[in-house]
Amino acid sequence: MTDTHTASLDQRTRALESALADRGLLPPGFVEEFTAHAEEQWVTANGARMVARAWTDGDFRERMLKDGRSAAAEMGFGMPEHHRHLVVLENTPDIHNLIVCTLCSCTAYTIIGAAPDWYKDMEYRARVVRESRTALKEMGLDLPASTEIRVWDTTADTRYMILPVQPPATQGWPADRLADIVTQASMIGTERLDGVGTPAAAKE
Amino acid sequence: MDGMHDLGGKQGFGRIAYPARPHDETWEPLARALSAWAVKNRHYNMDEYRHAIERMAPIHYISAPYYERVLTAAATLLVEKGVVTAAELAARVDGTFPLSLPLGPGREAVPPQSFAIGETVRVRNLFVPGHVRMPGYIRGKQGVVVHISPPYPFPDAHAHNMQAAEEPTYDVRFRSTELWPESADEAFVHVGVFQSYLEKVRNRA
Ligand SMILES: [Fe+3]
Repeated sequence: MTDTHTASLDQRTRALESALADRGLLPPGFVEEFTAHAEEQWVTANGARMVARAWTDGDFRERMLKDGRSAAAEMGFGMPEHHRHLVVLENTPDIHNLIVCTLCSCTAYTIIGAAPDWYKDMEYRARVVRESRTALKEMGLDLPASTEIRVWDTTADTRYMILPVQPPATQGWPADRLADIVTQASMIGTERLDGVGTPAAAKE
Repeated sequence: MDGMHDLGGKQGFGRIAYPARPHDETWEPLARALSAWAVKNRHYNMDEYRHAIERMAPIHYISAPYYERVLTAAATLLVEKGVVTAAELAARVDGTFPLSLPLGPGREAVPPQSFAIGETVRVRNLFVPGHVRMPGYIRGKQGVVVHISPPYPFPDAHAHNMQAAEEPTYDVRFRSTELWPESADEAFVHVGVFQSYLEKVRNRA
């Protein structure tokens, strides 16, 4: 039978899996173990804990801004060997950093968690380098005209993460409470946390 | 290559689907795990992987969800490396199993040169048939070096299974309004640029 339609993705993926397994190349349990490891270890909470510590520990903040990869390692968070460098970009009230990978979808996934779908979508990759302010506004972040936007295109294997501005209402909070408010979007740069901890934010 | 994947600054795209809508496809984590298995066992490096995605036929690339690109790259490279065959993959499915198009020649790095933080540099007017990590939107443009990263294998060679010299990458700052005059929101756009893609800017007296 000649069949010219494209096979389903489920079938194609299982075909590659079974071809490798039948040769004895893919160890039983590898897929389950890898998936569990990825889902449990490479999570947004890692980056959030780094941010919260940077907000509460000035020495750590300096180390993190100087060498993000070592600062991550210090907290027990590893990066793949080809991610040789993690650059931490500090937002301020007047400077807003934003991360993208226009050529594919690179992120520091072991630190900020697997990239969300929108980050991998063509719309985000095409638009945020050229229409940063417009795209951010559509995503709900309407920056004042006076805010300088700095976009970072992840074209090499250096990775980036953003150190958001600590919300003023959270001054004095302990690091573990602060870590809970740090979102993945705030470490990519499509969100700011400025209003967190205020009565208006609590009503939402 | 000036491929379909080189999306930065392309126009006509609509709203970003933000925030993400949850979805649950069991083949997606499986595709991710198979790709991770291949990298872990050093069947291919990350530059070969990225280039295998870029080698997907443009219409396939643009219509494939993210994890289909992951799967297609893994299957293509494992076939090219002789680990599995295209015929057996096709025999295991109802229908076709599209793979990426063939690999062309790579190229070597230019002789080492160096640039300093704060230096104005120009991106070479390069047209590379194989893998290249220079997005088209910076070709021929001038920017300022703001960071220097430790060395990485030169991707234009590394993706083609050639001996790849290591060289630094420079975070180069461009003005969006110089990249796309009168046609961009005002911003600084920083790109991680391999040393071989840059050239000195000579002062013209
Ligand atoms: Fe990428």
